[in-house]
Formats: sequence, C-alpha cells, structure tokens
Amino acid sequence: MKTILHIILKEFWQIRRDKRMLGVTLLAPVFQLLLLGYAATTDVRSIPMAVCDEDRSATSRELLRQFTNSGYFVHAYDVMTPRDIDHYLDDGDAWVGLVIPPEFGTNVLARRPAPLQLISDGTNSSTAGISLGYAGQVVSTFSRSIVLTQIERRPQLTAPPSVNTEVRVWYNPELKSRNYMVPGVVAMILLIITMTLTSIAIVREKESGTLEQLLVTPIKPFQLIIGKLMPFVLIGIADVTLVLTVARFWFDVPLRGSVILLYMMSGVFVLTTLGLGLFISTISKTQQQAMMTAQFFIFMPSIFLSGFTFPIQNMPQSIQYVTYVIPLRYFMEIIRGIFLKGDGIAELWPQGLALLTFGIIILTLSILRFHKRLA
Amino acid sequence: MFRRIRPIIIKELRQIRRDTRSLGLLLVFPAFLVFLIGYALNFDVKHVKLAILDQDRSPRSREYIRAFSTSEYFDIGYNVGSYADLTTLLNEGKAQMAVVTPVKFAADLLAGRDVDVQFLVDGSDANTATMAIGYAASITQTYSASIATAALARSGRESYVPVDFRPKIWYNPELVSAKFLLPGLFGFILMLSAVISTSLSVVREKEHGTMEQLMISRLHTAEIIIGKTIPYLAVSLLSSVLILATGYIFFQISVRGSLVWFYAGTTIFLLGALGQGLFISTIAPNQQMAFLISVLTSLLPTFLLSGFVFPISSMPVVLQILSNITPTKFYLIVVRGIILKGVGLAAFWDQLLYMAIFAGITLTLSSVRLLRRAE
Repeated sequence: MKTILHIILKEFWQIRRDKRMLGVTLLAPVFQLLLLGYAATTDVRSIPMAVCDEDRSATSRELLRQFTNSGYFVHAYDVMTPRDIDHYLDDGDAWVGLVIPPEFGTNVLARRPAPLQLISDGTNSSTAGISLGYAGQVVSTFSRSIVLTQIERRPQLTAPPSVNTEVRVWYNPELKSRNYMVPGVVAMILLIITMTLTSIAIVREKESGTLEQLLVTPIKPFQLIIGKLMPFVLIGIADVTLVLTVARFWFDVPLRGSVILLYMMSGVFVLTTLGLGLFISTISKTQQQAMMTAQFFIFMPSIFLSGFTFPIQNMPQSIQYVTYVIPLRYFMEIIRGIFLKGDGIAELWPQGLALLTFGIIILTLSILRFHKRLA
Repeated sequence: MFRRIRPIIIKELRQIRRDTRSLGLLLVFPAFLVFLIGYALNFDVKHVKLAILDQDRSPRSREYIRAFSTSEYFDIGYNVGSYADLTTLLNEGKAQMAVVTPVKFAADLLAGRDVDVQFLVDGSDANTATMAIGYAASITQTYSASIATAALARSGRESYVPVDFRPKIWYNPELVSAKFLLPGLFGFILMLSAVISTSLSVVREKEHGTMEQLMISRLHTAEIIIGKTIPYLAVSLLSSVLILATGYIFFQISVRGSLVWFYAGTTIFLLGALGQGLFISTIAPNQQMAFLISVLTSLLPTFLLSGFVFPISSMPVVLQILSNITPTKFYLIVVRGIILKGVGLAAFWDQLLYMAIFAGITLTLSSVRLLRRAE
C-alpha cells in the first residue's frame, strides 16, 4: 500500500509540474462541450425553398403562405421558370423547389384536381425525408381547408368522417435533438480525454527509458499500474463533474434520474476507458503507435458504432454484434436513459454490468501484458 | 530545390517503412473502416418497434392496425391490454412508439363522426421520432382517405382531392442515407489519418534530439516542412484510392463527375490536413500534448462541424462561422458534388480555393514556428 502511495504521489507530482497538460485535460472538455453541444442538432427548420409560381392567383399565394407559416419552410428564392430551380438545387442554395403550374387557382375553384410539384434535394436523405413529410402535411391541411370551405357553401352536403391523430411525445416533448445529442457528446468527450491520457502513459516512460528505473525497484506490476491509474481516475472524475454540470445547467438537458447513479456509472465507464488506454500503452512500442491504435481502433469505431448518432437498431445484424465490444455503446444507453427517461438501476443493470465486466477484463489484461513484458 | 529536399523525403520514407504497424494502419485501415462503418451509417428509419393498444377490437380497427404491420417502417412487437403496459414498454425501451385506438373507433366512423387515434412516442431520439411520426401520420391519412371515399360513395358522391401533390426527389431518389453519408465518411477518415500522421513528426524529432541535426543541415524550414509533407501525402493519397475502391466495390458508390477533379480536390484537402498536423507538431511541447491537441481539434470538430452528419444551416450562426475552421467542410461539398451530383468545376471552384488557402496558412505557420523554434 505504501509503495502504491509513493507512485501515486510521484505521478501527481509529474502531472502538477505539467500545468499546461492539466489545464488542457480540465478545460478542453468543457470548451468542446460548450461549442459542439450546439452543433449536434438534427432538427430540420427553415428549409430554404425556391418557388416558381406560374399561377400568381390568390389561391397560390394562400398555399405559399401556409408553407411559410408552418415554420419549416423559408421562401428564399423566386424563379421565373421551373428550369431555373435546377441551378439553386445544384448549388445547394435551396433544398426544395416548389412549382405551382398556371391555372392552379382556377382548377382548385372549378373542383378539378390541380397538379402541384415539389422537387426535393435528396442528397441528405434524412433532411429530405423530414422536409417531404412537412410538405405533405402542409398540402393536406390546405386540401382539407378547401374541401371544408366548398362544403360550407353548399349546406346540403356533410363532410366525410376522418381519422385524426393526436401525438404525445414522451421524455422529450419538444423533440429537441439537443437533449439526446448533448449527453452523447458528453460520453464521447469523456472517452477521448481519459483514453488519450493513459494510452501514452506507459509507452512514454518506455521511450524515455524511465520505465527501466521503475522496474529495478521492488515495485510489483499491479502496484505500478494502480499507481499510474489513480491520478487519471481523479482527473476523470473531475471531468465527469465538469461536463455533467455544463450539460445540465448550460444546455438545460433535463436530468430525470438519480445523480448518484449517473456518477457511479460514469465512474465505471471511466475505469473502462482508462483500462483500454493502459492496454494500448502496453501493446505499443512508440507513442506514435499508441496514438494510431487509439485513434483507429477505439475512437473512430466508437463514434459510429456506439449509437451516438446512428441508431444501432438500423444497422445490419452482423454490425450489431460488433457494437457489443464497444464500451461506449453501453454508456450511451446509460447516460441517455438516466438523463431523459429517468431510468434507474432496474432498467440499466445489464449495461452497467457489461461495462464493469469489460473494465475488469481490460485492466486484468493490461496487468498480464505488463507482467509478460517484464519477464 | 527538389534535390535539397530529397534526402529528407528519403529519410521520412525510411522511417515510415520501419514502423510497419503505423504504416499498415495509415494505408489499409482507413479502407477497412469505410467497409465496417459504411454498413452502420444509416439514418433510414425502418422497423420502428411498435406497441398496439386496440381498445375497440373491431374488424375495422384491426384493418387500420394491419396498415402498420404491412408497412416496412413499423414492426408490431406488442399487442397489449392497458395503458400501464404501454408505459412499461416505452420506459424499458422495448417499444419506441405506441398506437392507441379509441373504444368506439368503428362505431363512430360508421356514424360519420371523426375519431382520434393516439400515438405515444419515445422522443429521446428526436430524429427517429420525427420520422416515425411522419410515417404513422401518412399511414393514417391514407386510411382516412379510403374511409372518406367509402362514406362519400355510400351517399352517391365522388371523392375529390383538390391538390394533386407530386413530390419528386433528385440526386438520391430512393433516399438512401448511405449515399449521402459515405462521401462524408471518406472525408472524415482521410482528415483524421492525415492529421495524426504528421502531428507527432516534428515534436518526436525534438524529443529524440534529432531536430538539431536537421537544423544544422542548412535547409530552410520551409524545405523541411515540404520534405516532411510529401511522403505522408503519398501515403494518404494511396489510402484514398483504396477508400474509393472500397466504396465502389461494397457500396456501389461510383464517381459521377470527373475523377481528375476528385483527386485534385483530395490532394489540396490532404495538404491542408497534413499542414494542420505539422502545425500542431511544431507548437506542442511533447508528444503527449501533440496527441491530445490533434485529437481535440480534429476528431469531434470534423465529425460535428463539417456538415458530415449535422446540417450546418441548422446550427447557430456563431457555429456556422466557426465551421470554416475545418477544411473537411469544403472537401465534403466538393466530393458530394462530384460523386452524387456529377457537377463540374463551376460548382465548387470556390471550395478548392478555401482549401488551398487553409493549406497555405497551416504549412506557412508550421515553417514559421519551426524557424522560431530553431532560433
């Protein structure tokens, strides 16, 4: 125990001497979250629309008014012919083009089906799908209002029955994507900062030759590992506190579950990421190798396969199996569950257990690797 | 000048070749990641897990629910008897959406009265929720229209839809999100590999003490920077060929526009990315800091600010301005234009210019920093 304490003190000493490093590890996560929390939004609002109104009647203007009043579309450009729309879509200045053919108003008043064309830029399928949905809603509301006014004029007719929908959104009633994305960014930042710290820790001493000095002392490998890890655990916990505070109080993400549970789970997650970092450190010869291994094997797969932005259930089955070896996947579910749904241990124990198992295995492996290297 | 730079290039190439693991990672792993992650990149919301609470249990309500089960967007997972059951399913994440039919669904419709169907939606993932609501609403609209037609037919009237709405999708008519996302993934992976390949190169020489040797070689710092850039440019370009081939073989992504411009754009982009890495390398005090800075400035900023996944136009204005610090933003406009739209130089010459400016700035700054350091 005393030896471990000595190593911890030595590590702390080293970290404190490197003030710049300490500053970066504490300030960078907050700064990144403050900035990137705003970037991660999938909300589709103010879709720029190029309009070719060849009718210019009261009816076509009413339709346009309904498009802009919906809040989803901005009447950004007016063009003379439908061909002119091409140019705006090609350059990406407009996302949709609306063509109102001549006689649109006359047709509607004469109870003839009036064609209406919408051209959507499908390159971003997600926003295109959402904007088509909104356009469909606007047009069907417009259609229904026309039918109703026509029926009003002829009192002998009654409107046919319709099935209306009443939508109730739970957990995130305003459908703000930020509430879902900010906890995701928090998890990502914790992974990056804690792993970067440890993945280089041991390999650096190896490169600079100070590892040999440590090895000739009667320190046991597990003592060394724990001693090396402790300061990073503390930095990790400080980072957890900082980013969670920013998420809750700056971004106003509702925290419906227990703070204590969130803290405990974050602790388990940080243990896992530190373990992963150490493991990389023990299998790398140079800092460059450690860095590339962390980047290619951990960071890049984690960003895509953890469910951070791409829902896991949409992936092919074989890729879904791959996601099980990505610790961030479990923590994503945990942090979002606690924040948005108020999930407790009853719902989250499988993910917690998976993380803990992963952490214990990877730490054990690091110690074993280290042993082998000594022998 | 080339004769003076050649020895540095040869030296760097030797160094790259000696570290086979790093070389392998830089050359082949990006293509492998495209292969692996390409399947995971998917915003297409399909097979949303649906729970049903049918309070009417009439042939008519069953017919309505069947419309959901035949749609590929929904998988009916549960048929429950009470609200409490729905709550549990949504809380545990076993269902993402629930449809509740009212008690007198069939009777009301038959009597010509409107009915309200209720959707309960797990809104935590706002994007998926918005899409799912859109699909469910359009299924309901179709059903409602068929009911209305039948009711009108019974009273001897014809059904009539005032607006004949014809949406049309360009560039990506089937709205496959992979088509939009894969070119983005190319840019993301190239950017990260390029930055990490150079971000240690200068600081490593400093730590090893070999920097002094370079400095007394009477080479201008600009020449050293160019000499260090060229070998990694070659590696990254080779890697980009593999990436493009992977996209073509596994995801049928073919280049609609000009391959020459594709590679011209890629070269300019890579120069900027390598320049960013070199600059980090000249300002970092040690390799650990260089790693930390390069990960913090490239990983999440590229992912979140480049328009890869999150549309830049949906971000706050400050972030829209800030998004210009990542060259990937410009590159994505170029590759998406060339690959998806098949547009020519006229549509993206300005982006090439921005990337060239970025490369010029980062490479010049690196050489200036190196000079300062030498003195």
